Amino acid sequence: MAQSAIEVPPKGGFNFDLCVRNDMLTKKGVQLPSYRKTGTTIVGLVYKDGVVLGADTRATEGPIVCDKNCEKIHYMAPNIYCCGAGTAADTEAVTDMVSSQLNLHRYATGRQSRVVTALTLLKTHLFSYQGHVSAALVLGGVDVTGPHLHTIYPHGSTDSLPYATMGSGSLAAMAMFESQYREGMTREEGIHLVSEAIRSGIFNDLGSGSNVDVCVITKDKTEYLRNHMLPNPRTYVSTRGFSFAKGQTEVLSTKIKQLRERVVEVAVEGADAMEE
Amino acid sequence: MDLNLNAPHSMGTTIVGVTYDGGVVLGADSRTSTGMYVANRASDKITQLTDNVYLCRSGSAADSQVVSDYVRHFLHQQTIQQGQPATTKVAANLIRLLAYGNKNSLQTGMIVGGWDKYEGGKIYGVPLGGTIVEQPFAIGGSGSSYLYGFFDQAWRDGMTKDEAEKLVVKAVSLAIARDGASGGVVRTVIINSEGVTRNFYAGDTLPLWHEELEPQNSLLDILASAPAEPMRI
Repeated sequence: MAQSAIEVPPKGGFNFDLCVRNDMLTKKGVQLPSYRKTGTTIVGLVYKDGVVLGADTRATEGPIVCDKNCEKIHYMAPNIYCCGAGTAADTEAVTDMVSSQLNLHRYATGRQSRVVTALTLLKTHLFSYQGHVSAALVLGGVDVTGPHLHTIYPHGSTDSLPYATMGSGSLAAMAMFESQYREGMTREEGIHLVSEAIRSGIFNDLGSGSNVDVCVITKDKTEYLRNHMLPNPRTYVSTRGFSFAKGQTEVLSTKIKQLRERVVEVAVEGADAMEE
Repeated sequence: MDLNLNAPHSMGTTIVGVTYDGGVVLGADSRTSTGMYVANRASDKITQLTDNVYLCRSGSAADSQVVSDYVRHFLHQQTIQQGQPATTKVAANLIRLLAYGNKNSLQTGMIVGGWDKYEGGKIYGVPLGGTIVEQPFAIGGSGSSYLYGFFDQAWRDGMTKDEAEKLVVKAVSLAIARDGASGGVVRTVIINSEGVTRNFYAGDTLPLWHEELEPQNSLLDILASAPAEPMRI
């Protein structure tokens, strides 16, 4: 056999060992780790002079609560905010991306962003990914054409509604809206109903929990009420608190152990001391 | 209970379009569902494309919204370029172009209806495969299965505007009564040489069909009105 003139690696191409391993693991019933999802309650409603948005603050990874106080009401523009449910990474990425596009659009036009602009940017992005970007959104804001509230589904379909809920707790929250929503509510009534809807999700839906975040948007003011309600305070708070001054640790017993000499001198025959 | 909330947003729908002497009447229910959950009970499935052309959408909400958004955009451009309103036929053909060209990724059936000075009132069906069918009347969506026989019997050539609208409302309400995926209110759009009229028929004003009961506000009303006798099943 003729020797190759050029030295080549012993094998070329791709290595599919890991595919075989993954196949074996799947057959043995090992599942891939799940994404961080926001099993969520998010809501919004239109009231007399604007829009109120609400969200719970629980983030989960499968059955584990991995963040007890996360933020699900995302900034889009000074006059537009957006609640996100679904895969946390996707809601965060898609809202950040559109928020930046809106900012550039404001620089170019010198005008306030409109809610429909945000809506169109979000839905075209989600539609182009055919539902693989798992973001279910409640978009609310006030612009030159008045207050607006929209829901956006992961496949890119949108609805325009006077009151809306999304996420795993949407049924519990919608029950509150369907029974108590009226047209032309005041700011206080709006915040109250949104909080009640979120609490309904927190208490009746396993995917939702912890605190209530609220965002109130009016023509010339936006208020982000972070942790507006804390219906789940810590029940196991120590009466003595959790911080201690140095030297506070109680000494129960003392034992002093004498160190024993471990070096042994051995005389070696026939070995002269090293000389220089 | 498997609500299947992650299912794509779709419109298990009843949509109809009927031509009459001088124009067209379009009709639709208002239910949008995700799996077994009603995501929107008051949606508007009759979308405006131009001043005098409207579109009834069924199937995937996302797909039909994208198609209608594109077609509205193209028709707007065409109206500016030509300096005159787009015809119903052009609108239907643009929809067909998108529906046929993307037939492997679109799950939507549509009915186009409109009035123009060349052809008067026209109805075009654009079903799933992306063909165009010009029809005197068209029905679509999951609820349409319950309406074929009804339309074979009840549709007549040369109806008046009011007769046509009555037929549309009756048809949609019949489908709402039998099709679980259709419901809510009935919306109609009437298009003729005079312009466009939109009408709305609330769910509790629709005619009651076989075995349907009068709406009751609470159990107390039922107890007050009915004689004290054991519940009949």
